[in-house]
Amino acid sequence: MTGALDRRALAARIAHDITEGSIVNLGIGAPTLIADQLPAGLEIILHTENGMLGMGPAPEPGRIDPDLINAGKQPVTELVGASYFHHADSFGMMRGGHLDICVLGAFQVSEHGDLANWHTGAPDAIPAVGGAMDLAIGAKNVWVMTDLLTRDGQSKLVAECTYPLTGTRCVSRVYTDRAVFDIVPGGFAVTEMFGSTTLDELRSLTGLELA
Amino acid sequence: MISKTVAHLEEAVAGIEDGATVLVGGFGLAGHPIALIDALLQQGASDLTIVSNNAGNGDTGLAALLKAGRVRKVICSFPRQVDSWVFDGLYRAGEIELEIVPQGNLAERIRAAGSGIGAFYTPTGVGTLIAEGKETRTIQGRDYILEYPLGADYALVSAWKADRWGNLVYRKTGRNFGPIMAAAARTTIVQVDEVVDLGTLDPETVVTPGIFVDRVVAIGERAWLQDGAFVGSESAS
Repeated sequence: MTGALDRRALAARIAHDITEGSIVNLGIGAPTLIADQLPAGLEIILHTENGMLGMGPAPEPGRIDPDLINAGKQPVTELVGASYFHHADSFGMMRGGHLDICVLGAFQVSEHGDLANWHTGAPDAIPAVGGAMDLAIGAKNVWVMTDLLTRDGQSKLVAECTYPLTGTRCVSRVYTDRAVFDIVPGGFAVTEMFGSTTLDELRSLTGLELA
Repeated sequence: MISKTVAHLEEAVAGIEDGATVLVGGFGLAGHPIALIDALLQQGASDLTIVSNNAGNGDTGLAALLKAGRVRKVICSFPRQVDSWVFDGLYRAGEIELEIVPQGNLAERIRAAGSGIGAFYTPTGVGTLIAEGKETRTIQGRDYILEYPLGADYALVSAWKADRWGNLVYRKTGRNFGPIMAAAARTTIVQVDEVVDLGTLDPETVVTPGIFVDRVVAIGERAWLQDGAFVGSESAS
């Protein structure tokens, strides 16, 4: 995949679009990489669903505090200005529209902005939704960070999701390893392509009319 | 004199009956009342319905209770994790019931139970499997589903410090579900590192007022703390 961005580079690309003063929730998995790529010197406040604003990076070895973890249950630190609150308040911040941006992973995103990222629907799968549905419908801007294709080459950008939905008409932008897509009234609009990627190639890979 | 403190864990979990519904605090192991769950395991109550964010991590706490076959049903948001092997095995063997609730709906249902709210409309889950069979309504142009309160017979909560009236303060992200669960149970049982003298906790910073608390047991300061200050440890437990 000539010119495709690796995860770290994609995280840096997303971080570049996060402006000073933003309150941001980074979903578990790949989006957590964005935390390490945020521009130094800017005041960007990270929210973690388990009850904290002002979350800092992973602690030094030997400084792990078991009372201080992130949504992925990894140890984190507390920045100056941090605050703690209980779960009902934390999710009230989401539903109440107080978060500026959340970045989530995806199994599929539809051209209407529907998101599927919690359950494959497979009979032997154990469903686990966590905070994904609340984030998907709550944040002012819901961005997705994902590879364009699944491991077996299927497009994650689709006309209609076939996996169970997390939220409807909630995603506004999708950052993939090949290109960035905004969701507009007509469907996906390509706003940026990485490396040697072309619009024709993206149309071929996704099977979608792309603007 | 009011005193909610009890001397032993055994006394703290006394009377929890077979078939009870129990709210269990914690997000992962932060704020997870492991000492109370171990005591419940010893106490022997079975056929329990557990309401908690997760369905056990590793082999301790809730996972140990599941492993011992004491739990009939788990109501949670996120059972599947890298270290949820106990739950995964029981679920795949058809030996435990599971009800998945999105995390914010779980929290709000618990809060509703504690604050006398009969039901509420939430946008979370609209248009998904979660909405199936639920009343929906469009309010001011936005779609919502109706969710009901989720209270319980008991709550097991882990806090940092208490006084004998049951006023509580928590530590960092260990707070999570503690304050809302404390309010939502008929009997709320709290483990704390330390019970301090009445008047020691600053009233301005009490997080859970004692009105929501029935029993408090001190389990001693945890290894990575010293006089309430973090002193470091080699690994997360």
